[in-house]
Amino acid sequence: MSRRMPWASGYFRTGYAQDFKLIETRLERVSAGLFAVALSVFPFVASPFQLDLACQVFLAAIGSLSLMLLTGYAGQISLGHAGLLAAGAFTAGILFKEFGAPFWVTLPAAAAVGALLGIVFGLPSLRLRGLYLAVSTLALHFVVVYLGGEYETKRGYSTGIVIDPPSIGGYAVINPRIWYFVLLAAAAATLFICLNLIRSRTGRAWRAIRSHETVAEALGIGIASYKLLAFVVSSAITAVAGALFAYYRGFVSVEAFSLFLTIQYVAMVIIGGMGSLLGALLGAMFVTLFPYWIEAALAALPGAARYASVLFAVNYAAFGLVMILFLVFEPLGLVGIWHRIQTFFLLWPFKHRQVTGTNR
Amino acid sequence: MQLGVNIIVLAAIYALIACGYVLIYRVSRVLNLAHGELMMLGSYLLLATASTFTGHPLVAIAVALVLSLCVGALVYLFLMRKMAGEMVLAAVLTTIALGILLRGVMVIVWSAQQQYPGQALGVVNPAIALPGGARISTMAALLVLATAVIYGALFAFLRFSRWGVRMRAAGQNPLLAAQRGINLHAIYALAWGLSTLTGSIAGMLISLDSGLTGTMVLIGLKAFPAALVGGLDSLVGALFGALIVAAAEISLIHYVDPLLSDVVPFLVLIVMLIIRPWGLFGTREELDRV
Repeated sequence: MSRRMPWASGYFRTGYAQDFKLIETRLERVSAGLFAVALSVFPFVASPFQLDLACQVFLAAIGSLSLMLLTGYAGQISLGHAGLLAAGAFTAGILFKEFGAPFWVTLPAAAAVGALLGIVFGLPSLRLRGLYLAVSTLALHFVVVYLGGEYETKRGYSTGIVIDPPSIGGYAVINPRIWYFVLLAAAAATLFICLNLIRSRTGRAWRAIRSHETVAEALGIGIASYKLLAFVVSSAITAVAGALFAYYRGFVSVEAFSLFLTIQYVAMVIIGGMGSLLGALLGAMFVTLFPYWIEAALAALPGAARYASVLFAVNYAAFGLVMILFLVFEPLGLVGIWHRIQTFFLLWPFKHRQVTGTNR
Repeated sequence: MQLGVNIIVLAAIYALIACGYVLIYRVSRVLNLAHGELMMLGSYLLLATASTFTGHPLVAIAVALVLSLCVGALVYLFLMRKMAGEMVLAAVLTTIALGILLRGVMVIVWSAQQQYPGQALGVVNPAIALPGGARISTMAALLVLATAVIYGALFAFLRFSRWGVRMRAAGQNPLLAAQRGINLHAIYALAWGLSTLTGSIAGMLISLDSGLTGTMVLIGLKAFPAALVGGLDSLVGALFGALIVAAAEISLIHYVDPLLSDVVPFLVLIVMLIIRPWGLFGTREELDRV
C-alpha cells in the first residue's frame, strides 16, 4: 500500500505500481464514492426531463470518449464521427428490420461494423497527415450517410426506421430509470476501457505517435498498426454508441447524422480539453446541455415569444460563438480551467503563474 | 449536348468557388471550411443592397461586392489572425465554428426561407438556345463568363502585380517574405478578402439563377474536392479539378442515380487522396525530420 501523501507539496510515486493506480489519495477515493452515490440516487429525485438530459449526456460521453482516444491521444484528426455513429445506428436498425435481431446480436454487430469501418477510415491515415486526413474522413462521412439514405429510400423507410425497445428476458426496456442505468453502465464501461488503454503500452504508443511520428517510429513503435488500432477501437466504440442511440430514440434516420453532429463531437473534445478523458466527459456534458441553457436564457428575456421561431438559429450562432471563444481564449478547454482552479487552491495563499500551456 | 453544357456550368460554379479555397490555402496554409457560409453571406448582402438601392442593380451589385471583400478581410483581422501559429486543426476548427456562427446569424437576420435576389434586383433570367439543341440560362452563361474573367484576372494579378508577387512570396516562405519587408498580415487579409469576394460572386450568380437557400453551404462544401483534386495550392489545378468533379457528378447523376449528387465529389476526393494526395498540380508537402 502507498504511503499517506503529504497534501500541499504534491504527489510522490515510489514505484511503478503507483503509476498505474486509478485512485491515488483518500480524498479521491471519498469523492469518487460520493460521486457514485450521487449518480445512483439521481434518477429517483430527478424529473423525467432531467433524466432524459442525463441519458443524452451519457450517450454523448461514450462518443466523445472514443473521439478523445483517437484525436486527443493518438493525434489522428477525424471529421467522420457522425458517419460512424450512423453506421452503428443503421447496423442496429437494419438487423432489426430485416432479421428481427435482438439487441445482444445488434450491439456486437454494430461494434464489428464499426471496427471494419475503422480500418477503412484509418487506412488513409497511413499516408495522410493533419488536414488531408481530416478531409478524407469527412469524405467517408458523406459516403456512409449516403449508403444509409440509399437503404432508407430503396426499402421504403424514407421517413426513418422505427426500432422496438430492447428486451431482456421478455421484459422491454422502456422505463427511463432503467435506461438511465443502462446508459450509465455503458458510459462507465467505456470510461474504464479508455482508462486502461491509455495507461498501458497501447496508450503510451499512441501518445508517442501524437507527439512525433518519426521519433516514435525510431523508438520501435509500429506506427501503422497502432494508428489503425486507434481507428478500430475508437470506431467500434462509436458504432456501439450509435446503436445505443438508435435504441434509446427507438428511431433511425439519416437526418440525425449530419455534419453538424460531427462538429458537435469535435467541439466536445475541444471545449472539454484535448488529451484528457475528464475533458471528454466535461465537454460531452457542456455541449449536450448548452442548447437547453440557451433556451432557458432566451425564455428569461423579455418578449420570449418573438425568439421562438429563430430558437434553433440562436442556438447555432451561440454554439459557434462559444466554440470560437474556447479556441481563441482557452485552448486547453474546461479541463484547463479546472486545473487552474485546482492549482489555485493547492498553492493558496501563494500564487502561481503558468509558464506555458502544456498542462496535461 | 445538354449534358456537356451542364458539365461546363457546374464546373464553372465549382471552379469559381474552389479558387477561394486555393487562394487562402496557398497563401496561409489554412483550410477555410467556412467558405460556403461566406459565399452565402455574399448573396444575402446582395439581397440587402438590392432592397436598399432599388432600381439601381449595378450599384447594388457593386456595393455588395465591396462589402464582401471587407467581410473577408475583417474575418482575418479579427479572428484568423489570432490563430496564427496554432495547430492546423485549431485553425480549421475555428473556420468551422465561424461557419456555424454565420449560418445562425444569417437565419436570424434573413430567415431560412428561400429568397430571390433576382426579383429584388429586377433582373430577368431567360434561357438561351445554343446550337445543337442545348439550353442555358442567362445567369449560368454569365457565370461561365465570370469564371473565365476572374481566373484570367487572378492569374494576371498573381503574375504581374506587385501585391500578387508579394502574395506568392508569402505563400512560399513566410519567414523570408517577412524579412524582405512584406507585411504578412496585410497579405493574409487581402487573400481572405479576395477569396470571399470570388466566393460571393459565385454565390450571387447562383442565387440570381436559382434562388437563395441553405443548400448553398453544401454547394460550397462540394466545391472543396475540386480544389483538392487539382492540388490545394494550384489555381490551374482548381480549374481541372472542377472539370473532373463536375463531369463525374453530372454523368453519374444522369446514368446511375440522382441521389448520388451529394457524394460524387467526395468519392472523387477519396480516389484522389489514395492515388495522389497532393493533387494533380499541387506541390508535395515536405517530409518531416527530427
